[in-house]
Order: sequence, then C-alpha cells, then structure tokens
Amino acid sequence: MSTIVLLLITGLGLGALYFLVASGLSLIYGLMGVLNFAHGSFLTLGAFAGWELARRLGGESWVTLIASLLLGMVVGAIVAAATEFLLIRRLYNRHIEQVLVTVGLALATVALFDGIWGTDPIYVTAPPWLSQTTEILGARVPNDRFLLIAAAVLVLLAIVAFLRFTRFGLVIRAGVENRSMVTALGIDVRKAFTVVFAIGGAAAGLGGVLASHYFGYVSPQLGGSLLIFAFIVTVIGGLGSLAGAAIASVAVAVLQQFANYFLGGTGDLMVVLLLAVVLLVRPTGILGKKA
Amino acid sequence: MKSLARLSQRTWWMIGGAFVVLAALLPLLNISIPGVLPGATYTPGTLQLLALSLLFACLALSYHLLFGTAGMLSFGHALYFALGAYGLGIVLKQTDLTLIPALGLTLAIVIVAAYLLGSLSLRVTGISFAMVTLAFAQAGNVLVRRNPGLTGGEEGLRLDTTHIPDFLVGVVNTRNLYWISLALLVIVFVVVAWFEHSRAGHAVTATRENELRVRVLGLRPFGVKLMAFVIASVLASLVGMLHLLLQSGTTPRATSADFTLTILVIVVLGGVGSRWGAIVGGIIYTLLDQRLTALAASDAIAGLPAILRIPLSEPLFILGTLFILVVLFLPGGIAGAVRRLGTGAQVTPLARKQLEEAE
Repeated sequence: MSTIVLLLITGLGLGALYFLVASGLSLIYGLMGVLNFAHGSFLTLGAFAGWELARRLGGESWVTLIASLLLGMVVGAIVAAATEFLLIRRLYNRHIEQVLVTVGLALATVALFDGIWGTDPIYVTAPPWLSQTTEILGARVPNDRFLLIAAAVLVLLAIVAFLRFTRFGLVIRAGVENRSMVTALGIDVRKAFTVVFAIGGAAAGLGGVLASHYFGYVSPQLGGSLLIFAFIVTVIGGLGSLAGAAIASVAVAVLQQFANYFLGGTGDLMVVLLLAVVLLVRPTGILGKKA
Repeated sequence: MKSLARLSQRTWWMIGGAFVVLAALLPLLNISIPGVLPGATYTPGTLQLLALSLLFACLALSYHLLFGTAGMLSFGHALYFALGAYGLGIVLKQTDLTLIPALGLTLAIVIVAAYLLGSLSLRVTGISFAMVTLAFAQAGNVLVRRNPGLTGGEEGLRLDTTHIPDFLVGVVNTRNLYWISLALLVIVFVVVAWFEHSRAGHAVTATRENELRVRVLGLRPFGVKLMAFVIASVLASLVGMLHLLLQSGTTPRATSADFTLTILVIVVLGGVGSRWGAIVGGIIYTLLDQRLTALAASDAIAGLPAILRIPLSEPLFILGTLFILVVLFLPGGIAGAVRRLGTGAQVTPLARKQLEEAE
C-alpha cells in the first residue's frame, strides 16, 4: 500500500513537470500550428537562471527559492516572446519552416549552454524541508513532490482563468477554434501569438527551476529529455487541448512510475507503447478535436 | 552564358559521372586543400573524413526520399541507421556468420522492422507522424542504453573483426572503405532517382501535394507511402552498416533524436527536394563539422575574450545558427541558391515549375 501511494504521488509530481512543459506546447500548437522544439531550451534557461540566482543569494532560504522560481518564469517568458517575435513571426503560416527554425534554435542553444555552463550536471541546493519526507498512509514521500504538484495546479488554474476571464484569453480561445474567422473580424491575432509564447515560456521556465529541484541538478540536456515526454503527452492528450495535456501528463507519468517499479524499469517503453495504442485507437488523442 | 537551369538532364548526369570518377581517383592523388581537408588526399585520416562525408551524403539522400519526395517529416530516421549499425555489429559479435551473410540477415531484420513500424506510424499524418516516429526512435534509444550486455550501453559497440575480410580492417585499408562508400553513394543515388521516376514515385509525390485527390483518382496512397518509407529505411540501414565498418564501432548517439535532427539539418541546408542538394549538403556539413571542431580546439579561439570564445568553440552552435539563417533567408537551401544564381535571380519556367512542385 505504502509503495503504491509513493509511486502515485511521485508520478503526480513528475506529471506536474510534464504538464508545465506540455501546456505551453499544446497552447502554441493549438493556436499557431507550430511544434516548438525550442521549448526545452526555454526550460533549461529558466533552470540555469534559477540556479545562478540561488548561487548568489544562498540556496537554503525559502525567499531564494521563490525568487528563483519567479526569475525562471520571467526569463522563460522573455526568451519565448523574443523567439516568437524575431524568428517565428517571419515565417507566418509556413509550418514546416517554423518547426525547422525551432529545431535550429534548440541545437544552437543547447550547444551554447554547453559552452557557458559545461556539459556536467550542476547540483542545486534547496531549502532543507524539500529534501525531507512526509509520511502519508505509511509512505515516506519526498516533500519536493508537493511543491511540484502545487505549482502545476496553480499554473493550470492561472491559465484557465486567463483564457476564460480576459480579453486576450477570449481571442486565444477563438483563435484555436477558428483563426481565420478571428482575423476576419478585425482582431490582430498576432499579438495573441506573442502572448501565448510568453505564457508557454513562463510555464517552461518555472518547470525548469522545479525540475532542477526534482532531479537535484541542472544540465544543458535537462530540457531536451523532458521535451520528448512532453511531446508524447501533447499527442496523447490531443494537440491543442489544455485539459487533454493535464490528463495525459498525469496518466503518462503515473504509468511510467508504476512500470519502472513493477515491470523492471520499462517505464519509457510503456509510455511509447501507450502512445502507439492511443494513436491506433484514437489518432486525434484523448481530447483532440480533429485530425 | 548558358544558364545552369537550362542544362539538360543528360548533361547533369555526365557532370555527376565526372565527379564520381574524380572522387574515385582521390586516394591515388596527392592533393592538399589547407583549411578544408586535414591532410593530403591519399592519407588515411583524410580518406576517413571523406568517406564519412560520402556516408552522410547517402544518409541525406535517403532522408530526401522520405521528406523531399514523399513529404513525410520523420523524426525517427536515425532509428534505421542505428538498426543497421547495431544490427550488423551484434550479428557479427554473437554469431559465426561472415560479413556477407551477416549483412543479409541484418537487412532482413531492417526490412521487417521498417515494414511493421512504418505501417503503424503511417496511420497518422503530418505532425502526429513526426511525433510517432520520434517516439519509436526514442524507444530504440532506450533499448540500446538499457541493454549494455548486447549493445555496449553508453560505451557503444566495438566492431568484432574476426569474421571480416582483411581488406576492410585497419587504417591502411581506409581507402577500400572509401571506395565502398563512394559505390554506396552511387547506388543510393540511382535507387532514389529510379524510385522518383517510377510510377510509385509519381504517386507518392502526388500524395504529398494532395492526398485526397490521389484517393479520388482511385489510387491508394498508403501502399506507396509505405514503400517509400521502407526503401528510405533500408538505404539508411546500409549507410549505418558501412558506418560501423568505417568507424570500427558505433555509439548510442546514432539512435538519438539529435542525430535525426542532424540529417534534417543537412537536407534543409542542401535544399529540400533536390538530390544534388542533399549530397552537397551532406559533404559540406561533415567537412564543416570537422573543421569547426578543429577550429574550436585551436589557439586562435582560446585567445579570444569569453563572449566570442564560448560561441565559437561550439560547432553545433555555429551550425545551428547557420541553419536558422538558411531557413529564414535562403529558401531552397544551397540548391535553391545555385538555381537562382544560374538564372540571374529571374524565375525561369523550369524553376517556377520546381517551386510550384515544392510548395
């Protein structure tokens, strides 16, 4: 029983991380049709920014942790918005080229991070509470899982509230539904593109700092390894669906944890298998609308 | 001056043939190109690099068949390269087969795998297809890393030379491998050109443009797409096998998503939809990668201030940036630029037709 609880909560924590990456990917794809390969770099940069701040202020205090989380978000948002503004916008409606530009950006930035921070993992320090455990139903659960879950839930609520109650949110929802109609009504949908990229980048940057505490280190490869799972999550959840991304994140991460424990470390393979099954049964994903 | 675009098909084949003859003679000549090649053309080090660039040209051609001709954006092409390399390496290590039967066995495995995975992934199209192929390649990557007993894990797999003919082993015989690489390039080129001009090739190109219309005409796109997928995969696996022989081993990097992205970068640099572009892209990319790595380690770079030194000492940063610039400012890559130069920036009827085909 205690093992199952531990696996479940750890899975939820990992799922929270996947969701932070996948939510941005899914929103961006839904609105613009761009598959953003550079999303992992936003995450890595956020993680490094958080680490640099923690190194200067001393990583053991809660103030530092919150400041580094905020800094990660801001850095992610700025870099993502700049990417959209400088690179993606020039290739309006040419989806393959847009994907290619983000591929180039991902390759170049990972190499740049290698050059600046080195290829070895850098270990991070966190407030002591995070590395302790709490007992729930007999399972000793590391506390950082709770931080991850809380952050992901907050992000989910914030994005949902933003989409539902603001004017920009309305434009974005309408744009996902039918972009040409929004444009025809005289609304400059391109502003919404930048906003969506900024939101996705902020979530990824936040995810980066959290990932550095979950794994215990930062490295230039951090974003890339999470990105592949985030892609899988996005496809399983249905491209463009935020709720789908949330459900699929949890499903994929929990499946991964259970398979790793009970089926001898086959978590990654089971995830790919799940993807294959979902595509065979329902090619549009759980909540995707059309092919 | 007669423009490049107006040269006939036959002239292009003759120019290509002349290049092949020249390339075949290189190991017998003493030509030094400082800054491009590390040494004279008859030295094993240079031949190794040249053979590698020919192999990357083959790989780019096989990806061209997938992406340029059939319009299938795959992020898992590295899987079949790795299947060839690891397959042959494992067969040679675990069985007593000699090279040729081992090649045949590996090829059979690759065909079955490509057929099964291809028919699964082709159930979806577009971005979903890209994701599925990426996921399968990732599964391959995990399998290779998790089974160190069979694949050597992170260390990579060393080539077992006991059952390999002597003329393919050792530094002295690099030029034999170079000639085989050249022959493979010719074979791959002919196969790709033949497929593009076959009925199936035309059907697959039509499917790229408008799948619904092909269906309405009474053709079934799935079969020809699967055929293109399997042919491209088999060609990639052949390159993988030769790569194993040339490098005396293989590493998990061959299975990684980064490796597929590298092939994609090469094809786009050379020019999507152009066979010559893919070859030129593969050769230029390999030489550039090697020279940039040499440059990164040089004293000239070490003396620069950090803000210049760090970006310049990362070959992938330079290549990635170059790639972004090509996508933004040089649509059609190198092949497209050459075509525009040849026609004096004016769009000739032929170029217009090709542009429309590429749209």
